[in-house]
Amino acid sequence: MAEGASKATTDQVLKITDLRIESIHGLVLVDNVSLELKRGEVLGLIGESGAGKSTIGLGAMAYSRGGCRITGGKVEIDGVSIRDLSAEGRREMRGRRIAYIAQSAAASFNPAHKIIDQVIEMPVKHGIMSKTEAKAWALELFRALDLPKPEIFGERYPHQVSGGQLQRAMTAMAMSCRPDIMVFDEPTTALDVTTQIEVLALIKKLIHEYNTAALYITHDLAVVAQVSDRIMVLRHGKMVELGDTKQILGAPRTDYARALVSERKEADHLSQLPKVDTAHVLEVTNAVGVYETFVAVNNVSIHVAKSETVAVVGESGSGKSSLARLILGLLPRRSGSVKFNGKELPPALKERSKDDLRRIQFIYQQPDVALNPRQTIAEIIGRPVQLYFGRSPAEVKRRVAELLVEVGLPEDYAGRLSTALSGGQKQRVSIARALAAEPDLIICDEPTSALDQLVADGVLKLLKKLQDELGVAYLFITHDLGIVRRIAHRTAVMLKGEIVAQGPTAQIFNPPFHPYTERLISSVPEMRTEWLDEVLAKRRVG
Amino acid sequence: MRIFGHKPTITAWIGIVIVAGFLVIGIFAPWIAPYPEDRTFDDVGSYAPPSATMWLGTDQIGRDLLSRVIYGARTTIGIAFLTTVLSFAIGIVTGLWAVVGGKIVDQILSRLVDVMLSIPLLIFALIVLSLFGSLFQSVIGSLTVLICVIAVLDSTRVFRLSRSVAMNIVVLEYVEAARLRGEGTWWIIRREILPNALPPMISEFGLRFCFNFLFVAALSFLGLGVQPPLADWGGMVKENAKALGVGGMAPLWPAAAIALMTIGVNLIVDWILSINARPSGASAEM
Repeated sequence: MAEGASKATTDQVLKITDLRIESIHGLVLVDNVSLELKRGEVLGLIGESGAGKSTIGLGAMAYSRGGCRITGGKVEIDGVSIRDLSAEGRREMRGRRIAYIAQSAAASFNPAHKIIDQVIEMPVKHGIMSKTEAKAWALELFRALDLPKPEIFGERYPHQVSGGQLQRAMTAMAMSCRPDIMVFDEPTTALDVTTQIEVLALIKKLIHEYNTAALYITHDLAVVAQVSDRIMVLRHGKMVELGDTKQILGAPRTDYARALVSERKEADHLSQLPKVDTAHVLEVTNAVGVYETFVAVNNVSIHVAKSETVAVVGESGSGKSSLARLILGLLPRRSGSVKFNGKELPPALKERSKDDLRRIQFIYQQPDVALNPRQTIAEIIGRPVQLYFGRSPAEVKRRVAELLVEVGLPEDYAGRLSTALSGGQKQRVSIARALAAEPDLIICDEPTSALDQLVADGVLKLLKKLQDELGVAYLFITHDLGIVRRIAHRTAVMLKGEIVAQGPTAQIFNPPFHPYTERLISSVPEMRTEWLDEVLAKRRVG
Repeated sequence: MRIFGHKPTITAWIGIVIVAGFLVIGIFAPWIAPYPEDRTFDDVGSYAPPSATMWLGTDQIGRDLLSRVIYGARTTIGIAFLTTVLSFAIGIVTGLWAVVGGKIVDQILSRLVDVMLSIPLLIFALIVLSLFGSLFQSVIGSLTVLICVIAVLDSTRVFRLSRSVAMNIVVLEYVEAARLRGEGTWWIIRREILPNALPPMISEFGLRFCFNFLFVAALSFLGLGVQPPLADWGGMVKENAKALGVGGMAPLWPAAAIALMTIGVNLIVDWILSINARPSGASAEM
């Protein structure tokens, strides 16, 4: 990076002044935000969805998404105002001086080309390096990013490597032109905690080694605590607070920042839950579920008692969702038994009675696709009431209003389409739809992972409240150990289709651990700036 | 003014005016047209140039071209519209059924459609019309036969589209939720899939309408479509083609009507497509 450093007159590489970005309908997405970035410095941008984080990240490249435009402000890279450049000049800047790393690496790679060809494309195109030079540099990056067999890694296609590896390859692609500034847009959000920790460590190392400046966009305070020097808290496109990482985490000055921090901290405590009935609602014994030839659920036994919450945790691909699908009758069961209220359930959905279907309800991860966008809320919630209980239209209407109040939504939402609702509200409608069937058991598949922190917290509180009032049992699938600590009576840890540890939540989260549980627990970022280094040091010793 | 809750663009307005204009002309043809469609004017003769009494002149046997273009709107648009509606009804129902009804139903329907698609549309229509046309003609009338044959053949294309649209919808979680709830196949088709499959299908409706419209014209041109003396634009192009040789403009008027109608429909289709492509408030990323 020697030639890059000599060009700079000062340490400051990026200066954004009063950046203003509006949608074409006049909605203000980013409202006069200013920031500065020094070489080797990492600034964390944090906020909930709609806060304008990504819009600012792209704005730093003088780029705006379709339907938005930059209406004011200055973006200077090394003193050059990038907005005043021609389209050609801007293109020259992007990739070469400032690079962007998106959340979904899978969507950013072309599946039809080898990884190496995509990584070296930019420097060769920009005429910075020859093809051989670019390849050598890519190899160095692959090595620095700890990719397996760096010499042949680039010869593979994007679908042939894992999500974490692809995210690192994407970082290599962004680094390929040796940019001065990198914009990371939630680079680890789509990854499992155990993978996230590796990627975080490597990003941190890379920034240090090459003295690059970076904007790090995320919604997770604990993640940003590990990598950034300063944090900017954003809300509704406005800056709420800017300060040193330690100050924001330790002593936030604004109410909003305080709410974000305390919400995140609450997740680390084990909560006390009331005792539960001993009667088992659901009892799964030695169940085996198979997709064609792949055994997704292997010899799993688990039970859920009345008004109890049992959490199933594990990384993606561990078989959590497959277990849920097996119980629901969507995944063929090869052997074992699933008993519901003491009665054996047929393996296939079609053979189950209407009453069996009614008593087990399911809440999906993505409320956007779980609700039919062309139906009104009244139709969505009212249908189970009508189908299972055969009520008259007037009674259905009354019940819908009741359910809406119960899940904390205004009654007049009944006439709206689900598309007019926010993510959290949609998830509340999903819950109301499940409740409409008056079930004994609700299986929740990561119901809060697509939601913002504060919204997710509201949904969790609602689920808890409903359990206290109605005595419904939950089988709660999640990868978030913070949630498990807060709501689960018992916890099962899944790995490669098997349950490796099972027991009361307090027992699972206290030593002696199963080795995998320990790895999972230790990978969850904590709200301390030293956490990442500590864990890595510990693992190196171990 | 807003239509379906959206404000039409200027080009959409042009399309709406053209299509609405032709519809009005078609519906009220007997009142608008100066002369009956089959009246010949022996005194004027064939291929007469435009005049004050006959604005577009006469055709090959001395009938008023303007009247025939006006009556032609009724026949051509009417047939094309009925055909398209029927073809969509058949295509959508079978397409969605193939997706929801399971592997065997899908295989049978899809392979059947493959067989039908492997035979060129025009040749297939010619065979069917010449073999069975006269058989059913006496029972239900030649126009009905024509509409049914084109609709069935065209529905294979609609089947393909609705099946692939529904394929993407059926895997969505709200459809699975309906299954988990114990809903029947017909309910899932009607209430969960159809409302979501319709928007992309509506724009396809406009395109298929144009194709059918041209297809009717092509069949008439070959003599198997609308039978004389009934006026239809495709047939009129054929009847009057010889006029070009003698410097007459007779075939250009119905041809222009075909072109204008096609453009009008496509302008509206473009607008509907752009509504669908536009991110709705909920799914727009900030």
